[in-house]
Amino acid sequence: MMPDEDRRKFSEGGPGRPLGAFLSGPFAVFGRSAIRWINNSGASVLFFFRAFLKIFRPKQFSKIVQQVYYIGARSSMIIMLVGLFTGMVLGLQMQSVLGNVGAQGYLGTIVALSLIRELGPVLAAIMITARAGSAITAEIGIQRISEQVDALATMRIDPLRYLISPRIAAAIVSFPVLTAMFDLVGILGGYISGVLIMGANSGAYIFRVQASVEMEDITHGFIKAVVFAVVVSTVCCFQGYFAHTRTDSHGAKAVGLATTSAVVLSCVLILLSDYIVTSLLI
Amino acid sequence: METPLIEFRNVTKRFGDRTVLENVNLQIYEGQVTTIVGLSGSGKSVLLKHIIGLMMPDEGAVLFRGKPLGKIEKTDMEASSVRISYMFQDNALFDSMTVHENIALPLRETTNLEKAEIDRRVMARIEQTELGEAAHRYPSELSGGMQKRVALARALVIDPQIVLFDEPTTGQDPIRKNAILSMIAQYQRKFGFTAVLVSHEIPDVFFISNRILALYDRKIVFQGTPRELENFEHPFKVEVIRSMEGLREELTGLYSRRQFILNHAQLIGKADGETYSVVVFTLEGLDPIIATFGHDAAQEAIKAMGMFVIKHFDAIGGFSSRRNTNEFVTVLPYSDQAEAESILKDFVLDFQAYGIPELRVGDRRPTAADGSVEITVLAGIAHGQPNEDIDSILDAAKNQQKEIARLRCDGRR
Repeated sequence: MMPDEDRRKFSEGGPGRPLGAFLSGPFAVFGRSAIRWINNSGASVLFFFRAFLKIFRPKQFSKIVQQVYYIGARSSMIIMLVGLFTGMVLGLQMQSVLGNVGAQGYLGTIVALSLIRELGPVLAAIMITARAGSAITAEIGIQRISEQVDALATMRIDPLRYLISPRIAAAIVSFPVLTAMFDLVGILGGYISGVLIMGANSGAYIFRVQASVEMEDITHGFIKAVVFAVVVSTVCCFQGYFAHTRTDSHGAKAVGLATTSAVVLSCVLILLSDYIVTSLLI
Repeated sequence: METPLIEFRNVTKRFGDRTVLENVNLQIYEGQVTTIVGLSGSGKSVLLKHIIGLMMPDEGAVLFRGKPLGKIEKTDMEASSVRISYMFQDNALFDSMTVHENIALPLRETTNLEKAEIDRRVMARIEQTELGEAAHRYPSELSGGMQKRVALARALVIDPQIVLFDEPTTGQDPIRKNAILSMIAQYQRKFGFTAVLVSHEIPDVFFISNRILALYDRKIVFQGTPRELENFEHPFKVEVIRSMEGLREELTGLYSRRQFILNHAQLIGKADGETYSVVVFTLEGLDPIIATFGHDAAQEAIKAMGMFVIKHFDAIGGFSSRRNTNEFVTVLPYSDQAEAESILKDFVLDFQAYGIPELRVGDRRPTAADGSVEITVLAGIAHGQPNEDIDSILDAAKNQQKEIARLRCDGRR
């Protein structure tokens, strides 16, 4: 016969572990993750609003201009390169597909609308995340772990105003401009591959681009770019700013993980918010 | 009774399950240098971060001029123009900014001063902290000592009323450690700010401190002057002070004060009825050395004096210690007044012949263009009796002091 003590342990799910706790374990893990996610989401939203309001404080202009240079101007080459090849691939693919159904004349429409409505804002945002977003997280994270952020607070310099607000403002300025550059160069890329390489009609391409793109398309593209700017700058700044509170690592490793998290989370949120914004605008 | 500038009332701070501070009560008074002493990891930096508001207590209150810090609105703090600076243990310099930009940052961001005025103030601090050649270099291009000085210059550029120093001398050589402490003491006297230090540099830090706070086992177990700490009997003294205080002082090689007192006790125990002589030396002219050649040079002068004292008096059975930054004491066993004076004459001749061999201006030897200063050595002799208190003998010797030597320090030696 099983001794009482052993029976109790067995009925409770193992030595020292109540059965209820054993069964509810996965739910507890899920619950903790959900609470942490909700907490972080709320904190990020508050973080954004607090930093956004500080954009309009004095002595911010030069810092914003400097960040526009880092986030915007220095990303322009890579944006144009990616935009060019995206447009060229679109031109090749669409010319081939449209040729099969006898609708080569619509190449300009498809290239322009797909770039302006979707590919431009999304791909530009992902490229800026990879180039500037990761740098933002790493820079702020290092400043955090080396106590430079605390040093600002001790000097009565608000770290949100000094470090975060200029980056958010610069992102809001830079994203639409870079998106516009991406779109223009992409349309040019479509022309190069579709017209110059594949032999589509040049006049039809240009006419279709002009005729099919409406102001609403451009506005929607810019709205998306601004939304992505807010998402990317908030996520990247938030991850760097709170790199020291990570529970999975410390120091330089925490900054590395924060940078990875910032890029992955930004990319996921770009696609998620793209769907939400598109469904609201259509 | 004077209201403390900063007061902790039953402050408790926990990190998870670990209690770092438990019912801490302390007072810090205006215009003084207060040093917090404790073992590594005992919560000294945590305590300091409560003063500047980087951390908030879980229980209890931090009072500023009698008002709880949490209840003072930021605008009130600004209106009362209370400027607090904090010098971090690892300096926390902005590595993407030059030295000049680092020091200018608090002025640029928190004041409406013109650029020319900011530059003037920054350059003044750069000169005072001997960083002239490094003004346009980045922190990563500087030595650890220079980085400390940049952090010190940044802390002082806003003319603060309170400066918190978190282990300002960590990782420095003895000369540099004492130079930094001397710099803190000099600026504290000059600008009158309240200084709060966390430091392990015993006894050097005692020379510049008005009050000592002893943090032990999560509590403040002692508050008082460095002299009062000598008579404080508590496990803190055995575990902390004696572990930090070596047999000999790092800078000069002289006996620590505790060892000096032990040696004296042994002497009067052995020398039944015999008298002995006590000499108190004072090295005058350190401030002109600081002004002309810098803080390091002043510490070299103190070090040289200590070495000469050891060379002359240890060899004949004497033992010496430092009583103050520029005050040295020597006990000459079994020596009467005439013998002590004769020994002192030899000492003076040797000191004047050799001068201060290692005097430097920054990284180089001084040149004629750096100017020259004169150091004066005062000495006083007193007879000690076996049943007499050492401090009263030292005071008597100090009262007998007269000039025994003058030494010109310039580019030639």
